[in-house]
Order: sequence, then C-alpha cells, then structure tokens
Amino acid sequence: MSAPIIEFKNVKKCFGDTVIFSDFNFKVEENEIVSIIGPSGSGKSTLLRILMTLEGIDGGYINVAGESLWHMPWQGQYVPANSKHLHKMRNHLGMVFQHFNLFPHMTVKRNITEAPMRVKGVSRQDAEELAEKLLALVGLADKADSYPNDLSGGQKQRVGIARALAMKPSILLLDEITSALDPELVDEVLDVIRNLVKEESFTMLLVTHEMYFAREISDRVCFFDKGAIVEEGEPEIIFTAPKEERTKAFLNAYIGQS
Amino acid sequence: MNGFDWDWAFTWDVLPMILSAAKVTLLATLLGSIFAIIMGLVFALLRRSKSRLTRTSVYWIVEFIRSTPLLVQIFFLYYVMPEFGISMSPLATGVFALGLHYGAYLSEVFRSGIDGIEKGQWEASRALNLSIIDTYRDIVLPQAIRPMIPATGNYIIAMFKETPQLSAITLLEMLQMAKIIGSENFRYLEPFTLVGLLYLVFSIVAAYGIYQIEKRFPKEGFSLK
Repeated sequence: MSAPIIEFKNVKKCFGDTVIFSDFNFKVEENEIVSIIGPSGSGKSTLLRILMTLEGIDGGYINVAGESLWHMPWQGQYVPANSKHLHKMRNHLGMVFQHFNLFPHMTVKRNITEAPMRVKGVSRQDAEELAEKLLALVGLADKADSYPNDLSGGQKQRVGIARALAMKPSILLLDEITSALDPELVDEVLDVIRNLVKEESFTMLLVTHEMYFAREISDRVCFFDKGAIVEEGEPEIIFTAPKEERTKAFLNAYIGQS
Repeated sequence: MNGFDWDWAFTWDVLPMILSAAKVTLLATLLGSIFAIIMGLVFALLRRSKSRLTRTSVYWIVEFIRSTPLLVQIFFLYYVMPEFGISMSPLATGVFALGLHYGAYLSEVFRSGIDGIEKGQWEASRALNLSIIDTYRDIVLPQAIRPMIPATGNYIIAMFKETPQLSAITLLEMLQMAKIIGSENFRYLEPFTLVGLLYLVFSIVAAYGIYQIEKRFPKEGFSLK
C-alpha cells in the first residue's frame, strides 16, 4: 500500500484554553471516502478546517500528498510554512461549506470561473467551458447567469460543489454540506456527490449528520468524540455492530430521532 | 452703511470672479477626495496587516492625524516642510493636507466596511486559493463599497466645506476671493452671501449625487469582468 494521502501525527489544536486535539493521529488513503460522525463540538469540522488551512495547529505534523502541510523544509529543518508553501499545498484540496459561502455579487458562472482564472491563469473561454460542464454535472446548466440569492439552498450548495470542483482538487472536504438545508433539499445535494464518486475517484473527507448517506457512500466511518476517534471501521460494522458504548449511545440517539 | 442695501450691479460684477475661485475650491475638493480615498484605503488595509508593528504604527499615525487640527497640518506642510527641502504650491499642499486628514477619517469607514464582510467570504476565497490581492479586489471590496458610500460622501462634503482653511496658505479659493473683493470695494455683503449660497448649492447637489450613487449601486456589490 502506498503512503497515505493525508496523515495527522500527534496534532495539537487549542482555541484559547479549550483543547480540541491533544494528540491526534489520523490517516486517509488515496481515493478513500471517509465519513466523520459524532456530537457537535467534538472537533469534526476543525479537522477539515485545519486541512483547508483555515485554522492553524499548535503542535504535531500533518502530511498531505507526501508533503508537510503546515511546515516546510528550510536549511535542513522543518519550519512553519510561509504563505507560498500554503498556497502550493492548498492546490491539493477543495472544500464545500455548510453555509455555501458563495460570492453573492457574482453570477453562478463567475463564482465557478473566478478561481481557475485568477489562481491557475486559465483563459476565460476555457474557464467558462469548464463551468458549463460542471453546472451540467450538478444539474444547474440553466442557472449559469443567475445570482446566488435567486437560488434555493439546495441549488446554492450544488454551485458550491461545482465551484470547489473547478479547481480540480485531489482531496475534497465536505463540511456538513446539507446541515443548513431544508430536509426536502438534502437529497438533491447528496445525489450530486453520489454521481460524482461514481464517475471519478476522489479522496473525500466528509463531516455529516446524514447517517444513511455516510453508511452508503463511505469506505470508512469514524466516530469522533472530544477530539479523538472513539471508533472507526467499515460503515456496515459501525452502524450495525458498534463496539464502543459512546458510539452506541450516539447512534441510538440519532436513529431514535429519524 | 444704513441697513440692508443689496447692490445687484455689484453682485453681477463680482460673480465671475467668485465663480472662477469656485473652480479652485472644487478642484481642491476633487483632488483631495481622490487622494483621501486612496490614503483611506491604504490605511485601512495596513491596519489589517499581518505584522503587529505595521498595524500599531498605522493606528497611531491615523490617531495623530485625526487628533490634530487640519489648519496645523496645513501650516506644517506649507511652512515647515520647505525646511526639509519639500516645497509645494498652495494647491498641492492643500490637496495633500485634505487628502491626508480625510484619508485618516475615511480609513475608519473603510475598515468597518471591510469588517462587515462575512467570515465565510474570506474562507471561501482561501479555500479556492485566491491570493490576498485577488480576495480584496474581487471578493471583499466589491461587496464592501456600497455600505461605505454614505459615510464617505459625508466626509467629502465636510472636506469641501473646510477648503476655506486653505486660504490661510494663500490659495485663492472662494472665501479668499470674497475677502479680497470685499476689502477692495468696501462691500462684504454680496461677495460673502454669494460664497455662502454657492457652498449651499454645491453641498446639496453633492449630497443628492451621493444618494443617487448609493441607490443605483447593486445591493450585493458588483463584479469585475
């Protein structure tokens, strides 16, 4: 087996006095789809945000695609990464946000072409072709010239997915992408992800509260609590025969609800 | 002089001179505003710099400029700077002083406008790997400008009304012209009234113009092609 595409080694992360991770270790293999479930405040989103470089770390190392994410080699030792290194590392990663974070002053098409044109120097024509292709993929070919505020939540999130894909990341981070949606809009977004992983292979890390979706799509499910992985394994095993009491309690509470 | 005797012939005589001085006033305001907007933006962006030293120094520079009278700054630039080998015409000094002074005020307007942009917009920009320049130019500023328009407009009108201070460094703007006309003809009523009226007219027109700009400005901001 090749080296993992993502590796957390002894990672420490605090917000002020609150310790999120004290000594966190975690690996993801290439083309693996990993769901992270668990109670809120357990550090699930922080994990993704650290990978996307939206949050720094207070200790330990993270490797992404064979290189250190938050550190870089300099004169024979590892020093905190500068913005150039972070810029390079971010090219591996793409993120879809819970609250979409679309650019409200830009058309849907422009939301998608902005980064390829500015960051990768793709020509306008090529960027627009790519945007149209991605919009067709997420079923919004007719919305290219609409503005985000004219779209439903589900449509916004599908644009969010298309926007992230336009940068062709090898690792896709999905941060509770359906949590802000009305229940009837959840499936149209999840269907996009279902189709996506059918067509192409991705390394995907998703934080989700949609248990049936995690069970269906993942290669591995991790149950998170208090900044640590309490239990992980194949979805069928986690969802049907969890070993840990905390996992059982969490899943019971969820299944009891729905 | 007994009572109120308005001399229409004299009024028409002096009006062209006052209007030509009004051009100087308007020019100083226009150039001053452009300079103030640029300086305000520079101050506001530097106040968000990663370096604490830059942030703190700019904070104190802005605080210093805002807490000292405009007239002192004008005098300093006009009478003291030549001792350091920097001498400028009254108009250039005026534009520089107005721009710097109001730039300091505008930086606060711009700063709060930028702070008003949701955190999610910054995070999405970073996740898409946009550079900090691209993020400001394409994402943050286009959305931040509309809420900044009213306060910026008010400061520009305030600056316009402070241009008479430039008469102190011999700039021949409206008020200075009216004073000269008055002392030459021993009649102050008409020139000063005209100047007051012109200030009123220009201010009202400018306020209306700013309101129109704000109204027509797209709510979400605009995007560059």
